[in-house]
Amino acid sequence: MIEFQGKVLVIGGGISGITAAIEAAETGVGVYLVEKNPYLGGRVAQLTKYFPKLCPPTCGLELNFRRMRENKGVEIMTQTEVLKVDGTKGNFKVTLKKAPRFVNENCTLCGECFKVCPVERDDEFNFNMKKTKAIYSPFEFANPPYAVIDPNTCLGEKCSKCLDACKYGAIDLKMKEEIIDITVDSIIVTTGWQPYDAGKIDNLKFGIVPNVITNMMMERLASPSGPTGGKILRPSDNKPVKNVAFVQCAGSRDENHLPYCSYICCMASLKQCTYLVDQDPEAKATVYYIDIRTPGRYEQFYWNVKENQNINFVKGKVANIEADPSGDVWVEAEDILAGSKSKERFDMVVLATGMQPASVNWELPFNAKKTPEGFIDPDSLPDGIYLAGSAVMPFDVIRSLHSATGSVLKALQSISGRGN
Amino acid sequence: MDKKIGVYICSGCEIKDAVDIDKLVEIAKEKGVSVVKTSASVCSTAFVDEIKSDIASEGVNTIVIVACSPRVKTDIFNFPGCIVERVNIREFVAWVMEPKSEDAQMAAQDYLRMGIVKAEKTNLPEPWIGEDLSEEILVIGGGTSGLSAAIESSKAGFKVTVIEKEDKLGGWAAKWYKTTPTKYPFTSLEEPVVFKMIKDVEADPNITVLLNTKIVKTEGMPGLFDVTLNVAGEEKVKRFGTIIAAAGFTPYDVSKLNKLGFGVSPDVISNVDFEKMVRETGKITRPSDGKIAKRVAFVLCAGSRDPEHLPYCSGYCCAASLKQAKYVRDINDGVAYVLYKDMRTPSQFELFYKELQNDPGILLTKCEIKEVSLNEDSSLNVNVTDTLLGDELSIEADLVVLVVGMVSNANQEKPDILNLQYRQGLELPLLDTGYYPDSNYVCFPYESRRTGIYPCGTIRAPMETYGCIQDSVGAALKAIQCMWHYERGIAVHPRGWEKSYPQVFMQRCTSCKRCTEECPFGAIDEDEKGTPFYKFNRCRRCGTCMGACPERIVSFHDFSIDMVNSMIKEIEVPEDDEEKLRYIAFVCENDAYPALDAAAFLRHRFPPGIRFIPLRCAGNMNLVWIADGLGNGLDGALVLGCKFGENYQCHYIKGSELCNYRFGKVGETLDRLGLESERVEMMQVQISDYMNIADILKGYVNRVKEIGPNPFKGF
Repeated sequence: MIEFQGKVLVIGGGISGITAAIEAAETGVGVYLVEKNPYLGGRVAQLTKYFPKLCPPTCGLELNFRRMRENKGVEIMTQTEVLKVDGTKGNFKVTLKKAPRFVNENCTLCGECFKVCPVERDDEFNFNMKKTKAIYSPFEFANPPYAVIDPNTCLGEKCSKCLDACKYGAIDLKMKEEIIDITVDSIIVTTGWQPYDAGKIDNLKFGIVPNVITNMMMERLASPSGPTGGKILRPSDNKPVKNVAFVQCAGSRDENHLPYCSYICCMASLKQCTYLVDQDPEAKATVYYIDIRTPGRYEQFYWNVKENQNINFVKGKVANIEADPSGDVWVEAEDILAGSKSKERFDMVVLATGMQPASVNWELPFNAKKTPEGFIDPDSLPDGIYLAGSAVMPFDVIRSLHSATGSVLKALQSISGRGN
Repeated sequence: MDKKIGVYICSGCEIKDAVDIDKLVEIAKEKGVSVVKTSASVCSTAFVDEIKSDIASEGVNTIVIVACSPRVKTDIFNFPGCIVERVNIREFVAWVMEPKSEDAQMAAQDYLRMGIVKAEKTNLPEPWIGEDLSEEILVIGGGTSGLSAAIESSKAGFKVTVIEKEDKLGGWAAKWYKTTPTKYPFTSLEEPVVFKMIKDVEADPNITVLLNTKIVKTEGMPGLFDVTLNVAGEEKVKRFGTIIAAAGFTPYDVSKLNKLGFGVSPDVISNVDFEKMVRETGKITRPSDGKIAKRVAFVLCAGSRDPEHLPYCSGYCCAASLKQAKYVRDINDGVAYVLYKDMRTPSQFELFYKELQNDPGILLTKCEIKEVSLNEDSSLNVNVTDTLLGDELSIEADLVVLVVGMVSNANQEKPDILNLQYRQGLELPLLDTGYYPDSNYVCFPYESRRTGIYPCGTIRAPMETYGCIQDSVGAALKAIQCMWHYERGIAVHPRGWEKSYPQVFMQRCTSCKRCTEECPFGAIDEDEKGTPFYKFNRCRRCGTCMGACPERIVSFHDFSIDMVNSMIKEIEVPEDDEEKLRYIAFVCENDAYPALDAAAFLRHRFPPGIRFIPLRCAGNMNLVWIADGLGNGLDGALVLGCKFGENYQCHYIKGSELCNYRFGKVGETLDRLGLESERVEMMQVQISDYMNIADILKGYVNRVKEIGPNPFKGF
């Protein structure tokens, strides 16, 4: 009988980490799934739909959560970071730091505390396009399904209005940070990515021209749980958008920013064109690109979007972006195939910014090297520690999950006790 | 199992504001259960301890929790060895109906009775575990993907047999001169990694290699795959646990590309032949006269992204063309023209493109190929338009390389790979849109249509070396995981916890074959007389067979036709009341149920006459439930299933589609009963529909109200 007696630590609870965790648990291995946010799902939880099926990310997440509920072998630790990794393959001693949630498992998300909290905070899940109270639920379907308090904005015990409103004894303002020591056989690092800071791309005027947003912000605008209830309205005046420019490779394939390509941004912009058309069948879009990268079966999706005569494709780099007093945005670009320059006016501009590894600013708790762009070099990792998902390089969800599933097999190789 | 039922009713989370708890207690008692208790917080540690003590001292073994959704607090309501039934009166009553209304009270009472009856009829599953199960993996294909899967499986302690139809290992990569980079900084060409893999495989005592070998037939099921192999002419039968199908691809037939100049001269060749030439001779010469080819034009997307040839992109070819352009530079100090539509070197492979763009001898342009023709001096003329450098260009080349795409070896008329002796066919089914036996799930790339058989590498999608290696290691994990499951009699994904299996009352089987045809996974075969029988380890426990069977002979330990019929009978149908109509709604527990929970969380109002019954899949839906339900006086029946069609969401592939197909027949059933078929609807619901699902329910209810109450109520 196959037995894997061992434990695996998965660092990072996005779609890759969740997958690695449940695939390991369903092979009989104990798993610690550690995530620094108060919710699982990472970046995909912020997406409205996946390409190419235009299906909701919460569907796959929900099924994985169900598998974890039934399996019971995955210990989920949110608001937790890894401080130190000592030891070797088969016997890693890991020190974790768990930040206090200030809300315990008695929470039923009844919402009474949200009503009485006097303080608001910027909602980074919605890229600060929305506010939440200091006590909040990250989003619908958030797992773990409990409220969380942001200590940076909460007024603390001197306020305690939430504590008074809670009928379930779920609020504990005295909760403290915990240091937890665990021992595992192997470690899978699935720390994923963060959107590249569009503010660094000077000529594209993000943060300066109000109606220039990023592709991730566009996802939130299109989401029913987003800042505008799913209507794509531009930030400056909440006007519904009818003519949008997509600037591909914004800060990617660029010596001055990210030299590599982020794989998914072409498909993401095409997908977002479908969001526009869902909202307004007459909506127009222009996609400024260098190469349209829809490899493999994704090509069909590109053809479907191209069939819409209102979606134009211009091969050329965007040189400059200017604000118009009306709120509209002027985009100056080269049209390489026409051999000319153009200056066009749009309601809104979406910058297809790239994926930077989240490890870029991470002080690694183990010995390993990083590339100049901040990716951990998988060959430099100690034996028994594996890298998976878009922490390796920018991947779409499918490739991330090939990577995550495979990393579990690598982790199993570190676990002794394979008996017959 | 001697049932001792304990009913535990929660009054927290606004439940007591919505319904009269004491009445619920009365009803539970009327049902004759052993224990009935209430609490302001059934999930509290103190109360859970009480339940545990009831189990220990009162012998309670069936726990009915009347409280919140079964999707929450599962770790708290965890009583090993007991049956646990969750009755959802929080999301489905307290949060969505008018508090303290008659409607809410009747709904809670109905759900309570339904829950108790369900608990009474539920049994603890006893898993089916096969005998003489194998723990060996069969890998079909000795190329990069197959060898990678074999090596990683062996490192985890498993025995593997690799079969290869050719007389040597290595597949396509062994025919290549070099490969594109696979590691940072992604700028240097590499030795095909398959050569090292071959050495490792040949030295590995866990791995058996059989060359010149094909599968004659595959019989059985995971754990018990009895495979008849033809090993260099001799037949052998061997048992395997799981199969990794890494049978690779065939390059697109370049001879179909006359429009790109194939046939104009022997110096128009495919990239496959170009690579072969470089590997075998170390030179780049013109096939026509043997002269060194100093000017080589690479025509990318040759027969790809083309509705007349392959409509998809093969992904590997842009980087591979750059690699071959570099050969021209390194070997001949020549000039390479790379003529592309889009340069697809995604992710870190962009760094390779960047590196080669610095080479002045590699000239790249986006363009459309107008014509490839022969010049008088036997050089070739490539005429292109819409280029980055101008409208039209003529390029003179010594050699023209047409870069062709990949065709999966599963996409042949007679793939001759698995030769499954399954009633549903010999090979891995392709996607509805054709071309590839790929998973149609973004989130579950390894959910294959044939349990225990995992395609990986270029057989399942076009991909480059790096992708193949990554994919194959994942497939190997799933192959091992599958073994862990069948050794314990547990189903594999998506119901990776399920110990029940279909139990069939064969005395009433009429061999109508609906189950064998409809099973999305080919889990049911037929014997010589045409009688169906299950191969349990192939089964994903979706229950489509249960829904399909007109004789209703299929059930699971914890879910059956009779159970649902009994639950329907517990719904109190008010007679002579045009306002209080009653509807049964079967909801898929994967997408529709969470959407309902989320809408309830937002306190949307649901029509109070609907009673929800969760199903594993809309495919479970058996028409007898509708006939019985409407026969019992219910006014309507609704099914909320997952999306079907090309971009299906149904986690069992065909379940909701089959339910929809059965709905086409429900008209006949209802006509026989003298009822209107419009009372019954099936809808496709996604988990993201939570914002308007309440409106969807209201719309349905209004449509049935137009028809009027069931005329047979009270009969």
